[in-house]
Amino acid sequence: MKIEVLFPEYCNLFADSSNVKYLQQCLPLAEFIFTNYLSEPAFVTEKVDLIYIGAMTEDMQERVIKKLMPYKDCIKKLIEDNVTFLVTSNAIEIFGDYIENEDGSRIEALGIFNFYAKRDMMNRFNCLFRGTFEDMTIVGFKTQFTFAYSEDFKHPFIKVDKGTGMNPDTGTEGIHYKNFFGTYVIGPLLTLNPYFTRYLLKTIGVEDPKLAFEDVIIDAYDRRLKEFLDPKCNYY
Amino acid sequence: MKKKNLRFYFTIITVKIATALMKLVGKNATHLPGWIANKMCPNFISYMEKPDKLVFITGTNGKTTVSNLVADVLKSYNYEFINNSTGSNIRDGIVSALLTKTSFLGKNKSKLAVLEVDERYAPKIYPYLPPDFLVCTNLFRDSYRRNAHSEFIFNILNSQIPETTKLILNGEDLISSRLASDNPRCHFGINFIDTKASSDNIIKDIIACPHCGALLSFDYIRYNHIGRGHCTNCDFGSPDLDYSIDHIDYDKGTCLVSTPSGNADFKLLGDNITDAYNMIAAISCLMEMGLSLQDIKKSFDNIKVVSSRFNQEIIGNKKIIRNLAKGQNPIACSRVCDFIRHQEGNKAVILILDDIYDAKESSENDAWIYDVDFEFLNNDDIKQIICSGVRNKDFQLRLLMAGIPKEKIKCCEKEIDSASFIDYDEVDTICIMHDIHAGGMAKTIVDNIAKALDKENVAQ
Repeated sequence: MKIEVLFPEYCNLFADSSNVKYLQQCLPLAEFIFTNYLSEPAFVTEKVDLIYIGAMTEDMQERVIKKLMPYKDCIKKLIEDNVTFLVTSNAIEIFGDYIENEDGSRIEALGIFNFYAKRDMMNRFNCLFRGTFEDMTIVGFKTQFTFAYSEDFKHPFIKVDKGTGMNPDTGTEGIHYKNFFGTYVIGPLLTLNPYFTRYLLKTIGVEDPKLAFEDVIIDAYDRRLKEFLDPKCNYY
Repeated sequence: MKKKNLRFYFTIITVKIATALMKLVGKNATHLPGWIANKMCPNFISYMEKPDKLVFITGTNGKTTVSNLVADVLKSYNYEFINNSTGSNIRDGIVSALLTKTSFLGKNKSKLAVLEVDERYAPKIYPYLPPDFLVCTNLFRDSYRRNAHSEFIFNILNSQIPETTKLILNGEDLISSRLASDNPRCHFGINFIDTKASSDNIIKDIIACPHCGALLSFDYIRYNHIGRGHCTNCDFGSPDLDYSIDHIDYDKGTCLVSTPSGNADFKLLGDNITDAYNMIAAISCLMEMGLSLQDIKKSFDNIKVVSSRFNQEIIGNKKIIRNLAKGQNPIACSRVCDFIRHQEGNKAVILILDDIYDAKESSENDAWIYDVDFEFLNNDDIKQIICSGVRNKDFQLRLLMAGIPKEKIKCCEKEIDSASFIDYDEVDTICIMHDIHAGGMAKTIVDNIAKALDKENVAQ
């Protein structure tokens, strides 16, 4: 089993590298390929089972788009072929149509999914997040300078219960298409959501996934969920 | 400065009366006066007269300590100046500090201000109070919610620093040392390879050249990205140091300070390498302000590290250390983890890092704990780690992911009960790593440790 982590030296803000650390502990026998920015992604030449990319600075988003643009068709094909992608925080914007700056200028993105992101660098948005994916309650944190917009958000990932989705007027968060999972939820998405982690492991062919430190992670999840379900919990 | 108007005068009179009333009822009045002023007279700061000389101290970590050090030296020579060491470092705090030396008619009565300024508030302060000297201790990622990332903070500062400001910058920080590159500047740092230094941190906020994008090559890394490096492709690299610590003798507790005006041995203000950076930053600032090296040295001989950030005491035969670790700030917490692992003997560590306000009203965004180098606590001589507070399960998971054996980790629901989880026979030193809002709780835990040790002695 191969897991490729794209540009970990840059795409590691907001504790996003914790997702990879946890996968390493759940899959001690898997091969982890850490592809640095100057290298060709492994997915171009070899079969990988999961591709991960996490949060980065705004300048870096432009450079990552430039880097991945020549592989756009390859990425599209991998998604169509059911390869699992886990994309967290503002990395999701790389896969949209474009990112719009405050002055109206645009940074063309990969255009794989039909949405765009609008930056507002003077106003940072933060919230707690609670939503539903299949029969699972997803909990997490959001911290961002952007909101995402689309005519239809054709492939929503999570139905929002509390907190804000792709933008304040939508009831959905993220992109889920085949085995592509993209969300603005930051950092410890997998350590906060053990049931989703188990689900994700199944998508890459782990038949009976065993979570690392299972009793502790589930205990921590139950406690967090209880707090998030408390009507007094302040999400903003 | 804008021309004063009636609204300004009315505001200043109201705020002066309000301040007097606050002091009468025992309040510090270090933030509220500025808040009232800005509410009554929008952009009040733009009408204020400024002192002849403004010294600002900013940066992610160390700005309070450096500001206090500079203020302590100035006070020891009876300088009169405005300072916000007991107040807030955002716009309302700055206005409150300036108001202490502003007359009812809005006249400034002070020649000098030494102010700690939150880096995010530069756009609300620098255009109206352009600093003559600006010390930037360093730039790192800080609270995700407030500060996003170091590049964001760099861009804020870089766009606001006036052309005339002399910069006093950390020459071993490849992020902040690039600020306002056309401004006059000097650099401070440490010319000494410290055997206690750590380079195995999770976070490195700069790894590629900001000019050409090629990877940087580091001659050495002191911690995180602090060190000396250069681009492998172009001429970008760490600047030469104007003020430096050239040698540290931890046994004698001294260091050799080298400056453009000569060298001198100084008393070390702490064991941590960040103490040395804070010292040299303060010395650079004071010398740029015109004080002599010998005068600064004399004053430093009488300075103690601010005890709210670090406190050490011996109770019975145990050493108890309280260390402010600043929750939500992964670098500050990592520095404390690094400090703890270098303490001698067998240790117990108590973590009280929850944000008490979030714990009361919300559920804390504690993503930041995954950027903290808790791996440093995975040492044979760290025998027990007590995770205290509402988030104890999250900390337990994080410590397990750091490779710390499960049997060493104990979870305690209420911080106040932490002392009862320690196996005192097993350890020589107890380190309490606490958040900025948990200083009082840390003291209570020390009291409880003292009681527990007393009971043990009686039993024996």
